[in-house]
Amino acid sequence: MACETAEIGAIPEHWNRRHLLGLEDLSAEEITTILDKAVQFKRTVAAGERKLGLLSGKTCVTLFFENSTRTRTSFSLAARRLGADTIDFSASASSLSKGETIIDTAKNIEAMGIEAVIVRHRTPGTPHLLAQNLRCAVLNAGDGPHEHPTQGLLDILTIRERLGRLEGLTVALVGDIAHSRTARSNIWGLKKLGAHVIVCGPSTLVSPQWEELGVEVSYSLDAILPRVDVLNLLRIQFERQTMRPFPSVREYAHLYGMDSQRLSRTKEGILVLAPGPINRGVEVTPDVADGPHSAILEQVNNGLAVRMAVLWLLIGNRG
Amino acid sequence: MSSILIQNGRVICPRQGMDRVTNLSIRDGQIAAYDAPAEGHETVIAAAGKIVAPGLIDMHVHLRQPGREEDETIRTGTMAALAGGFTSVACVPNTDPPIDTQGTVQFVRSLAAKADNCNVFVLGCVSKDREGKELSEIGLLVEAGAVAFTDDGAPVYDAELMRRAFEYCLMFDKPVLNHAEIRELTQQGVMHEGLVSLVLGLPGIPPAAEDVMTSRDIALAEATGGRLHIMHVSTSGSVEAIRRAKRRGVKVTAEVTPHHLSLTDESLRTFDSNYKMNPPLRGREHVNACIAGLVDGTIDVIATDHAPHSKEKKMQELDRAPFGIVGLETALGLVVTKLIEPGHLDWPTALSKMTIGPARILGVSKGTLAIGADADVTIIDPDVRWTVDPSKFYSKSTNTPFAGWELRGRAETVIVGGRVKFRR
Repeated sequence: MACETAEIGAIPEHWNRRHLLGLEDLSAEEITTILDKAVQFKRTVAAGERKLGLLSGKTCVTLFFENSTRTRTSFSLAARRLGADTIDFSASASSLSKGETIIDTAKNIEAMGIEAVIVRHRTPGTPHLLAQNLRCAVLNAGDGPHEHPTQGLLDILTIRERLGRLEGLTVALVGDIAHSRTARSNIWGLKKLGAHVIVCGPSTLVSPQWEELGVEVSYSLDAILPRVDVLNLLRIQFERQTMRPFPSVREYAHLYGMDSQRLSRTKEGILVLAPGPINRGVEVTPDVADGPHSAILEQVNNGLAVRMAVLWLLIGNRG
Repeated sequence: MSSILIQNGRVICPRQGMDRVTNLSIRDGQIAAYDAPAEGHETVIAAAGKIVAPGLIDMHVHLRQPGREEDETIRTGTMAALAGGFTSVACVPNTDPPIDTQGTVQFVRSLAAKADNCNVFVLGCVSKDREGKELSEIGLLVEAGAVAFTDDGAPVYDAELMRRAFEYCLMFDKPVLNHAEIRELTQQGVMHEGLVSLVLGLPGIPPAAEDVMTSRDIALAEATGGRLHIMHVSTSGSVEAIRRAKRRGVKVTAEVTPHHLSLTDESLRTFDSNYKMNPPLRGREHVNACIAGLVDGTIDVIATDHAPHSKEKKMQELDRAPFGIVGLETALGLVVTKLIEPGHLDWPTALSKMTIGPARILGVSKGTLAIGADADVTIIDPDVRWTVDPSKFYSKSTNTPFAGWELRGRAETVIVGGRVKFRR
């Protein structure tokens, strides 16, 4: 036990966050701290240490109001690898369906003695509402189209690992920008670490107003292909759209789908990410998704490491 | 009946163009005399340094009774009105059941009489059951005392129904008050559509949703000669459409709320549902346009859209929390702090928007301190600085975004029909 702690080191002095609600609030230094710790955890796990005791005796609750398999599993596994107990709380199985407010529910869970709530909800700001009303740590695992900080962090970690840096890179986020929490978290994180960000998609899903965040707006994937270092292909969020913002899936795939033909017009060493779950054949064809430029499975592995780092930083010091 | 002398106050009566320090005498429930000696009055109220105004009128108040007594009752709502300096309110008919029959009008009026706080004028529904399908019995509602018609909470959506409402209300010289919103453009929107909604990922309510409906209503009012009042204007497009319509002679009036003049969509960054209202808090350019509309007379009225919601309803996820905030007890302080202090409006103009402005639209003989008028008087301390403390509200609900704000100016004494109804 002691040797593990020694390897991971202590929680840095400058780290004083209680919650992880989004990347918009984090400084470049804080983001780098998380990424560096994630790398350490990844090495420790790769070296065969599947069970660290850093959070033993602590309990994390996943409170998911939207369906998710990979994020929830990833968080649960991250907590368990650190020695914490985890409880999965499903909205449908709860008294929320009996008229209790979400704050009542969360306070009840907190009263059972837990250190962290990992929340996913369809409505932006719900993790913030919980953070204001709970004493335990609140981790945002996706609040509607607002933020998904650990997804942003794992994407950024994957880029840093593959390309060795972020400063000066051009990263294109492609697709349903309007409804994408992954896009927002990526933009905040990438900008803070010095990358140039392009948001690219149909004009009904990419408002020119994005430029006010310091990103480039493009409506033509073909035009930007030759100058991007990273393509992050976002899923079309059919479930969040009130009216389909493009005439047909076929037309979307024609204009924005990433296939091998488009891939051949990119820079050498192009990195292709997709936060998943992907609509195969819409955002990306299988040969690209499963090809050598794709880092989709590394993203999953890095997700685990980032979530271990975040959990440890947030509750590692909580008594 | 009693006699009251209000001594040495700065009497501002926009209706009469009066603004001078004088003694105001009240006898038998009416304004009796100016420059009156103190002798012979049962009560003398020292008002040096205070403003003596016609009793304030709020023409857009949700009293929630009948049906939603957990949020507000006629008694608590009218008490909150008094504490805010209002001697009259007009209550919106989106109750349960809605105020679309003579019986409901009478019920509301009888509860208001029993509460015996401030005057309550009843707004009737434009359509039966507020369903937007056929006209309510407007003539019978007028006989029962309804002063104007609205389906507020929702717009009158059907253009033909709106046209008929204008035509029909003309017979009774009553205005139609509309909540201007095109629903196809608002959908699940919870806040102003702009950079902030984009960053927060919250569904937006574009200004065009209001602009389009305002323009439709103006066209229908123009075509019929009917009287249109646009409620809670929030966009520069609406203000401009109303300005142009007024120049053409269309019978259109408009109101704006204190919160749309005091806050912007930036507030939503807190995700606090007390910033969620419909129409939503807009961007700075819209706020400035609304202020300019008040200054040049395009907007006639400041009204609160007092919308009480119990705490458990507001303490929810942003998309579930209902729209609206309470406003009666903060309105005057916000007007002083946000409009008078920065120099946008002088006292007489600001008071006109809360007295004779709404009185004219509703066709009620209020909002004036002319001799012989009902003695509804609000005595205001224009300089007092106070901190908004929702736990001290008289309203049953505390859903305000202004908790902790330091405001300037407050009603000190409120006289309704010659009787002192509220003293701080």
